[in-house]
This record gives sequence, C-alpha cells and structure tokens, in this order.
Amino acid sequence: MGLQFYVQNALGGLAYGSLLFLIASGLTLIFGLMRIINLAQTAFYLLGAYVGLTLVAHGTNFWLASVAGGAVTMVLGLAVYSAFLHRYHADHLTSLLLTLGFALILDDGVLAVWGGDPRSIAPPPGLAGSIHIGTLVFPEYWLAVIAISFTIAAVLFFALQRTMLGVMIRASVDDEEMARGLGVDVNRAFFVVFAAGAFIAGLGGLLGGPITSAYPGLDGEITPLAFAVVIVGGMGSLTGALVGSLLIGLVNAFGKAMFPELSYFTIFVPVALIMAFRPQGLFGRKL
Amino acid sequence: MRISISAKTAALVALFAILCTGVPRPAPSADAGPIKVALLAPTSGSAAAAGHDMVAGWELYWKERGGKVAGRTVQTTVYDTASNAAHALDQARHAVEQDGAQIVVGPYLANEGLAVAPYTVQHRIPLFLPTVSADDLSQRQASAFVIKVAGWTSSLTTHVAGEWAYEQGYRKVVTLANSYAFGYENAGGFAHTFTLKGGKIVDQIWAPLGTADYTPYISKVQASAPDALFVEMVGADAVHFLQQWSQLGLKNKIPLIANETTTDQSNIRSIAPEIVEGITSFGHFAEGRDAPATRAFIDKYGKAEGVLPSYMATSFYTAAGWIAQAIESVHGNTADAGTFLRAVRDIKLQDSPLGPMVLDQYGAPIENVYVRKVVATTGDAAKYAKTWNVVTKTYPHVSQFWTWKPADYLKQPVYSPSYQGYTK
Repeated sequence: MGLQFYVQNALGGLAYGSLLFLIASGLTLIFGLMRIINLAQTAFYLLGAYVGLTLVAHGTNFWLASVAGGAVTMVLGLAVYSAFLHRYHADHLTSLLLTLGFALILDDGVLAVWGGDPRSIAPPPGLAGSIHIGTLVFPEYWLAVIAISFTIAAVLFFALQRTMLGVMIRASVDDEEMARGLGVDVNRAFFVVFAAGAFIAGLGGLLGGPITSAYPGLDGEITPLAFAVVIVGGMGSLTGALVGSLLIGLVNAFGKAMFPELSYFTIFVPVALIMAFRPQGLFGRKL
Repeated sequence: MRISISAKTAALVALFAILCTGVPRPAPSADAGPIKVALLAPTSGSAAAAGHDMVAGWELYWKERGGKVAGRTVQTTVYDTASNAAHALDQARHAVEQDGAQIVVGPYLANEGLAVAPYTVQHRIPLFLPTVSADDLSQRQASAFVIKVAGWTSSLTTHVAGEWAYEQGYRKVVTLANSYAFGYENAGGFAHTFTLKGGKIVDQIWAPLGTADYTPYISKVQASAPDALFVEMVGADAVHFLQQWSQLGLKNKIPLIANETTTDQSNIRSIAPEIVEGITSFGHFAEGRDAPATRAFIDKYGKAEGVLPSYMATSFYTAAGWIAQAIESVHGNTADAGTFLRAVRDIKLQDSPLGPMVLDQYGAPIENVYVRKVVATTGDAAKYAKTWNVVTKTYPHVSQFWTWKPADYLKQPVYSPSYQGYTK
C-alpha cells in the first residue's frame, strides 16, 4: 500500500464526495427549511443524467446538456412542489410518502423511456484523459468534478450569506414563524430553495455520469449515502453538507479499499456514532 | 378498541387465506386448449434490461413459429419478478395456482431461481432455467423437474479460464467479483483450476453488487501488482468497473481475464470502443462467433430489436426452440410431466446460436466455452453495434464438472467466500 494507494483513494473519495454534495446540499436545505425529506432528490439526479446524455447523443455540448438536465428537473420539481408538496411541508409522513411516490414514478418513467441497459457517459472532450505524475494517475475529469462542485458550493454559500434572499432563507430556517411575523416572504424562500435543490441535483446527473453512469436503480443506490451525508453534516446546514459529503466520500473510498468485506459497515459506523453522540450532526443546530 | 378491531381483521384475513388455499381446483384436462407457459422475468427493478432481453428472445422464436407447435397453441404470460427473489416466488405461485401454468421458464437472477425452484419441484411443474446459472441447481440441489435448458453453470466457464490463464504464463492473479453467489461461483471456478495448475491467488476482493465507485477496489488490485486480474461483473457494475479501469490507465498495464457477463453485449454496447476493445473473456455464448447458427440469429435479432443480442436474449430464443422440439417429440402431450421432461432431456442440439448442446444427467448442458475477445464489429453486425465478442479459441463439450468425476466434484462444497477450491 504505497503512496499511489493513498493518493488515488483520496482523490477518488473527494470526487465521489463532490457528487454527493450536489445531491445532499439540496436535501439538507429543503429539509432545514421546509421539513420535507425529499426522497425524490436522487431521482432528479437520475433524470438529469438521462436528459443530459440524450442531448449529448444529439450533439449538444456536454456542459450545456448538464444545465439543460438541471433545468428540466427544476421545472419538474417545481411542478411537483406547487401541485402537491407545498400543502404538506409541515406534515412529515405525508410529504415523505409523496416524495417516495414521485421517486418511484420517475424511476419507472426513466425505465419506460430509456430502457434498462446501463448507459455509460463519456467525459467531455478535453477532459477524457489522465494526468500522469510518476506512477500516479489522475483522471482529469475527476479533478474537474471536484472543481465544479466546490464552485457550486461557493456560489451557494455566497447566495446564502451575502444576498437578501439568503438572509430571508436563513431567517426562515431559524424561526419560520418569527420570519413570517417580520414580513419575510417565507413561501417565496421555499419555492426558491426547492427549485435550486432540484436544479443542482439534475445538473449533477450528467456531471456525475462519467463516474456513476446512468441506469434505473442508480438513485436507490445513492440515496442511503446522501442521507448519511445529511445526518453526519447536520440537517439544514450547508457547511455540514459539504464537510459530510467529503467525509463520506473519503470514508467510502478508504473503507472499501482497506476492508472490502465491510464496505457498508465503514460508512454507517460514523453515522451511528454521530447519531449516538451528536444527534444534531457535526454542524446542525441542537435538537 | 383499536386492538380488538385489528385482531378481528387479522382473523378474517387468516380465514380468507385458509379458504383460498383450501379450495380444490379442477385439474387441467390433458391436451385441451393451449400449453400455458409462465415466463418469469425481471421487467422492472435493477435487472430490467435483462428481463427485456429474455422476453424479446423468447417472443422472437414464437413469432417465427406462429405461436404453435404440434397442433397446440403455446400461450406465454410474462410475470414481472421485479428483480426480487420473494416477488419471483409470489409470481410463480400466482402463475401455477391461479393461472394454471404448466411450464415455468426463467427467472433471471440466481437468488430468484433458488427461491422458485423448491416451489415448482414441490408442485411437480417443469422449471426451465436458460439464464439462472447457480451451480447447485444442477449439482447439490439437482431435481428431475429443474433443467437448465439452453443454460449454463456459473463456474463451468471459469474452470476453463483458470487453466487458460496458467497456460498464458500468468502465475500471480487477483480476483475481483461481486459479493453474491454468482460472483463466488465465477471466482471459485477460476481460482480452483488456476491454483491446481500451480498458479497463486494473491488476493480475492468481493465488492457489493451495485457499487458505483470501483476505484478503491482497483487501487487494491494495483497494490498487489498481479500478473493479471480475473474479474466478474454484472450490468451497471460492469460498466462502472470497465470505465474506471480504463480511466485509471490500467487497461494496457494489467491484463484482464473477464467472465461472461462483464463484456456481455448488453454492457459493451453503451461503452466507448477504446475502453473495451481487446479484453479477453470466457463465455458459453459469443455474438461474434463465426457459425451459421449464430450469424442467422444475430441477423434476425438485429432486424427485430436494432441491437446485437445479449446472452440472455440468445438463451431464451434457443430455449424456446429446444422446448418446442421436445413438445413435438411428445406430440403435444405435455400433461405427463415425466414423459415430457424425458423428451426435453433427450434433445441434442447439433448447433444453436450458443453452439452444440446436450444435457448431462443433472440437467446442466455440456457445451462450448469460448475464449472471446472484444473487437470492432464487421459486416452486417456493424449496423447494430460498434463492438462485439469474437471467438479466439473454442473448448468443445465442456461439462459443469470440468475434468473431475461428478461424484468427486460433488463432495466439495459449493463455491463461497470461504471455499474457493484451494487452501489459503
């Protein structure tokens, strides 16, 4: 287990963690704000991947196709939100079941439209190669994914901390009733957060495609990891989502490499420890 | 109050259930009406793509034949197993008890097959397994009612691979396989014959099915610096693995010895050619096999489906032909299960899209194993796919017991993580 082993797993873990962030950021904000556990978040990711790969197959630029994937899931997410979810955001069980139902519908919809064969997605031209440093090999695209996710994280932080809308969102997270009392348009904040969450997850679909590929059932495989991130990081905390994603990504990579028989155990041990000793998560508010 | 109501409801449900199972059904009258076939296939869930191919291969055959054999109509009903063993068993029950199915074909996954087989055996319904390759269904749990028609046995192909690998000069090999029965049996077959020859297995890695990120496992392979890697992957896992193996620059560094499913057409059709070209694998089917029976089938399938067939589609097409031939030889009289099953066992395929096949006394085919290589398609096949598996060497007439005597072979346990055919 030389240097190569550690560097490669660290990089692989960071790349996978970055993808998790694209899903978990929406998950945690939607929960923090609306108390909705959105089980359809990873289905948005999957739909974004399929929309994106179809556009790429018809000659669209990879980045443009990613954004289009995000736009489609955003529109769909908003439709789901406006027609159904917004009535139930205080009602955990109903909203949970609703999002689960939409996740299943999306899953089967994807199967009906695109068939069940796993679809591999090539990295965009220019990023398909690898960087060789001595015996170390870094796929260029991984580095790109890490960079993109950090950029998105930075934009989200800026929007939350430095804009009027961000202030309103944070106020609504902290104390919804008080925020309403002070004249904050909480409903608008809800709408924006749901839209942003669906958009980023859909955008992540094609961006993550060269790493995860696309196939029906992918969403079900990512969901437990995304929730692990939210639990570790703390519900409602964007910092928590970022730190949690990278942590789970790294634990996932090194856990699998060192104890391959215990790959799920190594991920959920930190989750169990956090639940036992710090139930609000690393960056969550005290429960 | 609530408790008493729910208790009453439960009692009613239980009573209803007892009534349902207790009502005698009229025995299906011999030879009247259609032959009812239940095709159990995962048309939803993780293995939905395989399910689609199974149905497509099966239906292509019956369409060609007009859905009739020996004057009787063959009526197929597709039951969705949802890629789930418990659901597959429910569907088998439904098919047999409510819909009166006389023959069950399918399912797909090994665990589905292992769940369904005890049930159909108990009800004396013939169960034909064109894709379920679980070793024990034709070994330690073999039954007269379970036949791998046009099927295969997981470790059959990899016993060949182990010897072949040693002959190539490989001495230190790592195996990477999914941690479930199919992976254990594939890796076990390879490790067994490879170590008997004198090769050394330096590491065996088991990755859960449904792993999206294979890089940790790949870095573990690299750390062992083997002469070659034996790999078993299915579906999306194969796509992930092959893509990441190439991205990490290992494709031209460590030779791959792949099992059948890793480079199956259903996986390589969506992968860029440069990632898969040149990979060696072992299978009982090769879509690029240069034989009239295979060429004719891939041509028909290509026209019908627009792609080259997977081994799942090919197996179900071949199985349909096999079963039709057996129905003919009993003149349509399938009601006598004993006679019908004997007819199925007596069929010998001189050639088929898979190759020549006969059954051994355990209900498993003795068949060709092909050393395959992924290359760019040529000729008409290029219309349907960019790459395919061609045959570089054929091992004819391979038994599930390889070169062992069945009785000796069956003394060893089935391959599992704790038994891989060699002492560690």
